Amino acid sequence: MTIPVAMTVNGKPASGKVEARTLLVQFLREHLGMTGTHVGCDTSQCGACVVHVDGRSVKSCTMLAVQAEGAKVMTIEGLAESAEKLHPMQEAFRENHALQCGFCTPGMVMSAIDMVKRHNYQLDEATVRRELEGNLCRCTGYHNIVKAILAAAPAMKSAGV
Amino acid sequence: MTAATGIGARVLRTEDKRFLTGTGRYVDDLPLARATYAHFVRSPHAHAKIKSIDTSAARAMPGVVAIFTGKDIADAKVGGLICGWVVKDKHGQPHKAPPHPVMAADTVRYVGDTVAMVVANSHDEAKDAAEAIKVDYDAKPANVDLAKALDKGAPEVHPEAPGNLIYDWEIGVKADVDAAFAKAAHVTKIDIVNNRLIPNAMEPRAAAAEYDKGTGNYTLWSTSQNPHVLRLILSAFVLGIPEHKLRVIAPDVGGGFGSKIFCYNEETMVTWAASRVGRPIKWTAERSESFQTDAHGRDHVTHAELALDKDGKFLALKVETIANMGAYLSTFSTAVPTYLYATLLAGQYTTPLIYANVKAALTNTAPVDAYRGAGRPEATYVIESIVSKAAKELKMDPADLRRKNFIPSTAFPYQTPVALQYDSGNYPPIIDEAIKIADYKGFEARRAEAKSRGKLRGIGFSSYIEACGLAPSQVIGQLGGGVGQWESAQLKFNPTGNIQILTGAHSHGQGHETTFAQLISDKLGVPMDQIEVVHGDTATTPFGMGSYGSRSLAVGGSAIMKAADKIIAKGKKIAAHLMEASVADVVFENGTFKVAGTDKAVPLGQAVFAAYVPHNYPLAEIEPGMDENAFYDPANFVYPAGTQICEVEIDPETGVVEVVNHTAVDDFGNIINPMIVEGQVHGGIVQGVGQALLENAVYDKETGQLISGSYMDYTMPRADDVPSFKLGYKVTPCPHNPLGVKGCGEAGAIAAPAAVMNAVHDALAPLGVSHVPMPATPLNVWQAIHGARAAAE
Amino acid sequence: MYDFHYHRPKTLADAVNLLKGKDEARPMSGGMTLIPTLKQRLARPSDVVDLGGIKELAGIKVEGNNVVIGGMTRHADVASSADVKSAIPALAYLAEHIGDPQVRNRGTIGGSIANNDPAADYPGAVVGLNATVTTNTGKHTADSFFKGLFETALSDGELVTSVSFPKAEKAAYMKFPNPASRYAMVGVFVAKTAGGVRVAVTGAGPCVFRVKAMEDALAKNFSSDAIKDIKVPADGLNSDIHASAEYRAHLVNVMARRAVDAANK
Repeated sequence: MTIPVAMTVNGKPASGKVEARTLLVQFLREHLGMTGTHVGCDTSQCGACVVHVDGRSVKSCTMLAVQAEGAKVMTIEGLAESAEKLHPMQEAFRENHALQCGFCTPGMVMSAIDMVKRHNYQLDEATVRRELEGNLCRCTGYHNIVKAILAAAPAMKSAGV
Repeated sequence: MTAATGIGARVLRTEDKRFLTGTGRYVDDLPLARATYAHFVRSPHAHAKIKSIDTSAARAMPGVVAIFTGKDIADAKVGGLICGWVVKDKHGQPHKAPPHPVMAADTVRYVGDTVAMVVANSHDEAKDAAEAIKVDYDAKPANVDLAKALDKGAPEVHPEAPGNLIYDWEIGVKADVDAAFAKAAHVTKIDIVNNRLIPNAMEPRAAAAEYDKGTGNYTLWSTSQNPHVLRLILSAFVLGIPEHKLRVIAPDVGGGFGSKIFCYNEETMVTWAASRVGRPIKWTAERSESFQTDAHGRDHVTHAELALDKDGKFLALKVETIANMGAYLSTFSTAVPTYLYATLLAGQYTTPLIYANVKAALTNTAPVDAYRGAGRPEATYVIESIVSKAAKELKMDPADLRRKNFIPSTAFPYQTPVALQYDSGNYPPIIDEAIKIADYKGFEARRAEAKSRGKLRGIGFSSYIEACGLAPSQVIGQLGGGVGQWESAQLKFNPTGNIQILTGAHSHGQGHETTFAQLISDKLGVPMDQIEVVHGDTATTPFGMGSYGSRSLAVGGSAIMKAADKIIAKGKKIAAHLMEASVADVVFENGTFKVAGTDKAVPLGQAVFAAYVPHNYPLAEIEPGMDENAFYDPANFVYPAGTQICEVEIDPETGVVEVVNHTAVDDFGNIINPMIVEGQVHGGIVQGVGQALLENAVYDKETGQLISGSYMDYTMPRADDVPSFKLGYKVTPCPHNPLGVKGCGEAGAIAAPAAVMNAVHDALAPLGVSHVPMPATPLNVWQAIHGARAAAE
Repeated sequence: MYDFHYHRPKTLADAVNLLKGKDEARPMSGGMTLIPTLKQRLARPSDVVDLGGIKELAGIKVEGNNVVIGGMTRHADVASSADVKSAIPALAYLAEHIGDPQVRNRGTIGGSIANNDPAADYPGAVVGLNATVTTNTGKHTADSFFKGLFETALSDGELVTSVSFPKAEKAAYMKFPNPASRYAMVGVFVAKTAGGVRVAVTGAGPCVFRVKAMEDALAKNFSSDAIKDIKVPADGLNSDIHASAEYRAHLVNVMARRAVDAANK
């Protein structure tokens, strides 16, 4: 049984027909071909699938596509202003070597942006580490991810994003 | 030399842009037209006979395209998966090699063993149908507990390996070691378990295969660290598809840590079935499948004894280890607890006599193979645990005892008693630097301050050595390895002056696209944005051995340098012709050929253009084109070494261990990109801290069910489990490769567990705790404290 | 996941009607437990009734001496609510320590207590503060609501509409997370309210429970010293690879003392 679903993804309308059981991440990856959002586990812990739904970070592997009906979804593909101008968080990840294999990176970046905003651009190391509870990385040992987020917070503030 | 991008420069990574914008391409991201999806039926039993498999209901389910069972594989005469390293036991006999069918036909041997494959129009449909397959099992007793795996009467995993023994192997002369022990002033003994780990690369394993009926060519996309080796195994041993008809592509791969070296059932099945189904087949592991079926790591039970003289000099070391192989021998499993473990037992020390006995055992658990460090973390844990314990027993400073026994810098090349010859090193400055960075002098004050807050603070050292940069092919051959261990490179200039570096190494996070480009930018003076690194495709890159064992730069990078030398040599001939000079007078500097003492100059780009448009060109002497290949086979392993110092605080009420400081000082030889090297060390340390404090693969000892089968029960290190790290470097260049580099990929994971555990033991010593099993989880620490208190009462 | 029929009613009445008469229908609030359960094919509902569209179920109000939290209120909203933070800071603290930020952005109080996972945090607060659970059909006291492992007093078709927490004079929650899942391995909620002292333990047993001996001791002397020798028996507590029953029993005491100290700060 298929259900029509329509939402806004990265500012553009997106629609399709899904099964009730289709997860939001499946809709993004398989229906829209937006494969930047990844799936790294089946118990909602790794965070590779984090996207923003109506401005909040969520695990798109633990949300049905139909639950996002009418929502504004933002994914990793929608962050950079242009190919040349990355979002300050993306830029900070690059500057600080906060990624290696790149698989956890989209979810990390999406969680990080949400974290910075919720904490009103003011973070310390302990807070960043605690806020990353829902994102696993096996490559970086988190050291440079923490550094990047701490560097991105003021950069986001001054860029007004 | 381009200062900003050359050797030693902190160059930001080329590959980051695609990973940061969601445009990386991992196997599961591939859009394959008309794709089908595979799902595997897996054994719920650790050990059982398959009485029957009924697929009839499943075949009638919506969307089902095909179903295959072990019988289909056997009927098609598909070969079993191989173990590529023949280890000879102490009597000179090759190890037992039980068959490893791609899908089990009559017996399943671990929970997760593959039983059937369903191919359907969607993954959900494949899964729906898989549930409808009825498998009738006759469950048998399972052999799960490693410590008892070789006991008489333990359930037998394979009839081909009586008593579950794969080999009983030794190195060193036991009688000599025993004689040294008889004369020792002091003997320190340890009994330790090196806990079993599950690699958990964040990208689950995945495979997709396609068959082109017209050409008869197969393409397999796989999450592989070594696509050529995977192709070789599939072609020569398993599927019989000729190498030139099978293309293996490992695109962006989301971490490997060893687990993606090996040839697995699923990628084999997907390739085999692609021609039978006539449509592309995709398979991506669910995380629970990764837990059950990725090759696990470590898993040793060890007794070791160290003999010392009255001054604390090491006289001899004796080690007895049982190593778990799991239910089948994975690709390089047999080599890990022998040539990557026992040969490292000298560590950084002059211990003159070493004897090690390793028994490899089969159990009804997932196969065990190389995982970041592979054998070397186990060796380091043995050595560094026993050395720290000896220091405690002798009331010596742990750093002093280490220094007293370090191989002196004047002794290199140094022949150890366990086969390896260390090429270079200088250990005392490393520990001195680590001590300085970690403020070892200030530790007792910090311990006292912690005590005032009710916390127990401890400090631990771990001075590791590793042999990596795998490896000299002839040595590998003598030791039973089935392949060469050289690496390849091709430098392909285009007429417009940009260049492709094609490498047989494979990057799955290590940043080769940047580091390798830096080598060429430095050597040939080509700007970074004019360089493309190509890897991971057997159709485009030269045959290569892939990336593992910290070999990419030391071996693969060296091949690139050799190819660059050929480019320069050819360019000199072209430039000499263009400048009407003698080749002997041409020098190459900063990307330009010059004649010394004149103002004549030909930029490399001009020589390249001339090579492709050879209108004014010495065609009688040299061929057109600028495209050079090189293969590099190293003369020896490389031997990175270092010292880590870990400081922990323990809450004695709860048993919670917190790593509060962690310092690593390494000698990786010359460093190409310090930013990338630091990242490797950080990641390695956290995998080591994970092993020491958090991670543990636990099977139910009776049923063989994997209890730690998801992130709900397998403790992955999270950001708040670790601190930021303090790093330092000392450099003794590798004397035998053109870059002077060693390897940095595994060091962190090799040294960290012992450093952390030594710190834990140091912290708990005042409570009378003599041993905490690894991982030092809150429960294990609390039980150790509880036990010590009970014993004292 | 097996497929199912999906419904997204806009009112509570519609939701109740949708659930009625369908044996295999399941309500879904945040989905943080239900969706993983469905993904693992551990449940096969015919219908899933998503409560996410029912505006009347979400929100936080202060009513006299009580903080009333709508059943569909997300953990993140409880954690960041100025009202909750000022009225019952321990409750905001608890919400802030459920799962991870993404789980807190979706998970709801109603879903959490209706599921009654033995390792969930909210049951600790509900029992510790002696809250009242309101449903579409009536009210439940905290002590009568949680019945056992994944079992509550809710009958079929009964939905949690709100939970009313009395303000506390002193309260604190101390959680010892499972190192892997970060669920409560032991969580102790201690509260001193007009109704007396309560000590509620979650994570340690099959279901949240109170420690009467500690409550009595703390009623006389609300200090950690008063309970330092009160041990909970290990019998009947959960035991797994992360914590034996004995260790959990020990942690109950440690966490209770730390909660009292925190409440006294």
